[in-house]
Amino acid sequence: MNKKFGIKEVVATGIGTALFVALTEVQIPLGFIPNTALQPRAALLAFLAAIFGPVVGGLVGLLGHALGDALFYGSVWWSWVFPDAVFGILVGLFAAKYAIKDGGFDKKAILLFNAVQVIGNAIAWIVVAPVLDIIIYAEPANKVFAQGFWAFLGNIIIIAILGTLLGAGYSKIGAKSSSLSKED
Amino acid sequence: MSRVLSYEEKDTWIHRLSGVTKLVFFLLWSITSMLSYDTRVLVVMLICSLLIFRMSRTEWRQVGTVFKFIMLFLVINLLAIYVFSPDQGAKIYGSSTPLFGDTGRYALTKEQLFYECNVMIKYLTVIPAVFMFIVTTNPSEFAASLNKVGIHYNIGYSLAIALRYIPDVQDEYKKIKHAQEARGIEMSSKASLKDRIKSTSAILFPLIFSSMDRIDIISNAMELRGYGKHKERTWYSERALQRNDYIVLIVTILFSVVALVITFHDGSRFYNPF
Repeated sequence: MNKKFGIKEVVATGIGTALFVALTEVQIPLGFIPNTALQPRAALLAFLAAIFGPVVGGLVGLLGHALGDALFYGSVWWSWVFPDAVFGILVGLFAAKYAIKDGGFDKKAILLFNAVQVIGNAIAWIVVAPVLDIIIYAEPANKVFAQGFWAFLGNIIIIAILGTLLGAGYSKIGAKSSSLSKED
Repeated sequence: MSRVLSYEEKDTWIHRLSGVTKLVFFLLWSITSMLSYDTRVLVVMLICSLLIFRMSRTEWRQVGTVFKFIMLFLVINLLAIYVFSPDQGAKIYGSSTPLFGDTGRYALTKEQLFYECNVMIKYLTVIPAVFMFIVTTNPSEFAASLNKVGIHYNIGYSLAIALRYIPDVQDEYKKIKHAQEARGIEMSSKASLKDRIKSTSAILFPLIFSSMDRIDIISNAMELRGYGKHKERTWYSERALQRNDYIVLIVTILFSVVALVITFHDGSRFYNPF
């Protein structure tokens, strides 16, 4: 079900992107490393990817970050757009395992979700983003790794709190599909 | 939230171009400015983008606030590069000429100053292109023309939905925020980090869950109207490529190729005057 891109996925990508863009300016400042803050939109991305799968996750990360950057900051920082797409895809890969929609987001699924998000964030922000920064913009290595590390830290904190709560909350109210069983 | 850039109807040749043409221009333009560290190329690009920006008759009030915001980021970023790596310039250009005598690690060198100038110009070349793209491109026409260049209409439609619902979502965010503030949550910087996370989630939960409902409603409506039944779709605001579109496309591609050849012909993407 997660592989195909049906009507629901089209709309989820659209609305998800709109939410992601709107949340661009909702930030909780973290410290004096430029351009980094606790970003609730990261939790939104993890949540959407966990529900709708890797295609929606990747697209929302890509379109949402590029559009959000363009609309709010007037420039697109590509080296930070792609990590968000990578992160969305990675979290989305295990969408079926979290079973959020079926009300199965229990302790085990929450642990898996958080393990995946920490690994995904590490790949996206400690590897992909700084490397792209160095390749594309030739920025000093220690600066971009410091920025990447802060982004990594901020994102795992906000996703561990907000992302998990969102998943658990939605799992509770959305437990419709598993309450029906097919008659033989 | 007036700070956001948005499309505004005007009648210039740039507005009349197809969305695809402007997208290709914007993408090639940013790729070229991303790859090139050649100061001569960057300065020419900066002048061109200012000219194009002028021709699009964009007014300061449309982009002013966003522009000030970018400048703030730019300054912070340039300072951060200096703080973290004051010898980046010397490393890149292979020489080091201090400007005011020797003052240790943070001695300001000509090379560092030149490198940071390049970073700044790189930023500045892209900004007018982004501004121009956003304020002159009609979102619906853009989604339609994406489909015309072979991108599946599902992606075009997702993008159209996103652009259509951004203002709605922002409105809803504002409403929920006001409602929660009326109930006494503290949103200003006076609250502690933990409290701010808490109050932010007091807004995000209703916002995200109501958006999940919205996804169900919209996709049901689309399904009922037979969306996705056929392999092709027609678009109301579709526009075929015209003579001007082809001219702009050819000029843009030629320009990027020439710029990249000039940048890379000596084997390095940096222009070294030292």
